[in-house]
Amino acid sequence: MDKLDEKTLFKKGAEASLCLADWHERKVIIKMRIPKKYRPPELDKQIRSYRTVHEPQLLHEAKAAGVPTPLIYMVNVPESSITMEYIEGQQVKQLLNKVSKADRNKLCVKIGGFIAQLHSHGLIHGDLTTSNMIQSAEGTIFFVDFGLGEKNAELEAQGVDLHLMKRALQSTHYPFWEECFQSVLCGYTSILGVELAEKVYEKIKEIERRGRYVEERKQ
Amino acid sequence: MKKAKKTDLGNYCLGIESSADDFGVGISTFKGEILANKSDSYIPLEGGIHPREAARHHSEVSDKVLNDALVKAGVKPRELSVIAFSQGPGLGPSLRTGATVARALASYLNIPLVGVNHSVAHIEIGKLKTGAHDPVTLYASGGNTMVTAFESGRYRVFGETLDIALGNCLDVFAREAGLKGKKGLPLGAAVERLAAKGERLVSLPYVVKGMDLSLSGLLTAATAQLQKGDCKLEDVCYSLQENAFSMVTEVTERALAHTEKKEVLLTGGVAANKRLQSMLAVIAEEHDARFNVVPLEFATDNGAMIAWTGTLAYRHGLVTALDESFVKLRWRVDKVDVPWIS
Repeated sequence: MDKLDEKTLFKKGAEASLCLADWHERKVIIKMRIPKKYRPPELDKQIRSYRTVHEPQLLHEAKAAGVPTPLIYMVNVPESSITMEYIEGQQVKQLLNKVSKADRNKLCVKIGGFIAQLHSHGLIHGDLTTSNMIQSAEGTIFFVDFGLGEKNAELEAQGVDLHLMKRALQSTHYPFWEECFQSVLCGYTSILGVELAEKVYEKIKEIERRGRYVEERKQ
Repeated sequence: MKKAKKTDLGNYCLGIESSADDFGVGISTFKGEILANKSDSYIPLEGGIHPREAARHHSEVSDKVLNDALVKAGVKPRELSVIAFSQGPGLGPSLRTGATVARALASYLNIPLVGVNHSVAHIEIGKLKTGAHDPVTLYASGGNTMVTAFESGRYRVFGETLDIALGNCLDVFAREAGLKGKKGLPLGAAVERLAAKGERLVSLPYVVKGMDLSLSGLLTAATAQLQKGDCKLEDVCYSLQENAFSMVTEVTERALAHTEKKEVLLTGGVAANKRLQSMLAVIAEEHDARFNVVPLEFATDNGAMIAWTGTLAYRHGLVTALDESFVKLRWRVDKVDVPWIS
C-alpha cells in the first residue's frame, strides 16, 4: 500500500518530520527521522537507527509504568520511521500559558507524577519539555518523543532528566517557571516518596554545580 | 547598576578584557566603529592556563596594551568618556587584574565605569560585525559552550554543555596527543588541521540530553582511543570533531526550530573552525535562516567586544558604581538584562 500520497506534513521539527496520514482507518502520525546532511553519513545512520529502535521500546514500557503514550503501529528501521497513534489535543507548552494559575499548578503536579512513574520503572525520557507533552481532548496527558530516552535506573540519569525539565520551564515559561517547577517536584515527591525524591533533588544540585558558572558551586 | 546622567554621554568607550588567558583593550565609538583592538596572550610553559600566572602576565602587559590601543585609535585618555571591563564570568585572578586597571583608569579620568558580561559581549560583537539582528547564537570557546537567543529582555540559554566546554575538549585532547600549537592560535586548532586528513570514523560517544550536551565522556573516550594506539591520530581527531560538532549543531538546530528565528550566529574562539562553520551553515539553510560567523579577530576574547557592549549599556543609562564593580566569576548570561534590545 502506497501511503505517500495521503501523507501531509504536520510538523517539521529539528530532528524529525511528523506527517499526518490515514492508516487502516486510523489517523496516524508518521515520524520520520530525516538524514542530517551536517554529520557524516555513517554517524547519521547510526544515530537515526538507534533512536528509531529505542523510541518505540520506551514508549511501550512507559505505558507499563502507567504513563500514557501513543500506540505504536509500525517501525521501519531502514527508513528511520515510526508509525504511531495520532493524539488529538494541545501541547502543554501552549496550555500552560492559557490556563489559570490553579489549573497550571494542577497540570504540573500531574506531570511531576508521571515523571516519577517513569523513573521508578527505570525509564528516562531524555527530553522533558512542555512541547513533548500533549493533553488529549479527554484531558489525559500523553508523553511523546522518547527519542533521546534510555533505560537507566541511576540517580544521575534521573537528576539530569528533572534538571532538563527545569531548564525547559526556565527558557520557555520564564514568567512562572518557579511555581511550575515547584508543582512538578510536588507531584514527583507524591509518587516517589520523600526519601527517594530528596536523593534525586540532591543529585540535581550536584549536576548544576558541575555546570559552568552557576551561582552555587562547590568551593 | 545606577542610571547614568545624560550629560555623561560622550564619544569613545575603552573596553578591557581579561577573563582568561588574553589581556585585550579595545576602543569603540558610540556608533560602533572599532578604532582599536589590541591584545597580548599569556602562553603557559606547559599544561593549561595557570590562573595566578595568567594574572601576573596581564598586570605586566596592561600598560603596553593600553598604550598600543590608544595610539592605534588616535585617542587621548582625556577624550575617553567611559571605561568598560569584563566583569565575569571567568577566572578570578585574571578578571580582577582587568577590573583593577579599569577602576584605576575610571577614577583617574573621573569618568563612569561599566561592568560588562563577557558572554553578552561575544554575542554583541558578533551581531555588530555580521549585521545579525536577532540570531540564535552558538557561543563556543575554551570556557563556554551555549546556545542562546533573545527573549523578553534577556539572552536565554536554550542549550549548554553539562560539563566541559567545546574549546576545552579540543585543547585537552590536543595536549594529550602531544600536538604543537601555532602562535596566536589555541592548541585545539591543531586538531582541526589533523582532522582534515582523517578518513575513518572511529566510534565515540554522542551525548545529547534534551537541549544540553555532555563532552567529558567524549574526551575521555577519544583519549583512551589514542592510548590504545590502533587508530591513526588523524582519524581520532576527525572522529572527535565530527562527534562534538554534530552534537552542538543538533542542539543549535533544535533551538532554531523551537524559536523560529531567521538568523544563526557562531561566535567565540571555536568559531574559527571551518568544519563547525560548515555544519552550522547547513542547518541554517535548512531552516531558511541566514548564517553568520564572527570574523576571526573578534572570535577569541578581545577588548573591542567589551568596549562595544559597554557602549550599548552606557547609552542605555547603565553604569557600575565602584563599590559594585567586584568581579562575578559565575555570572550567567541569562542573569543579565539587555535593555538595548527591544
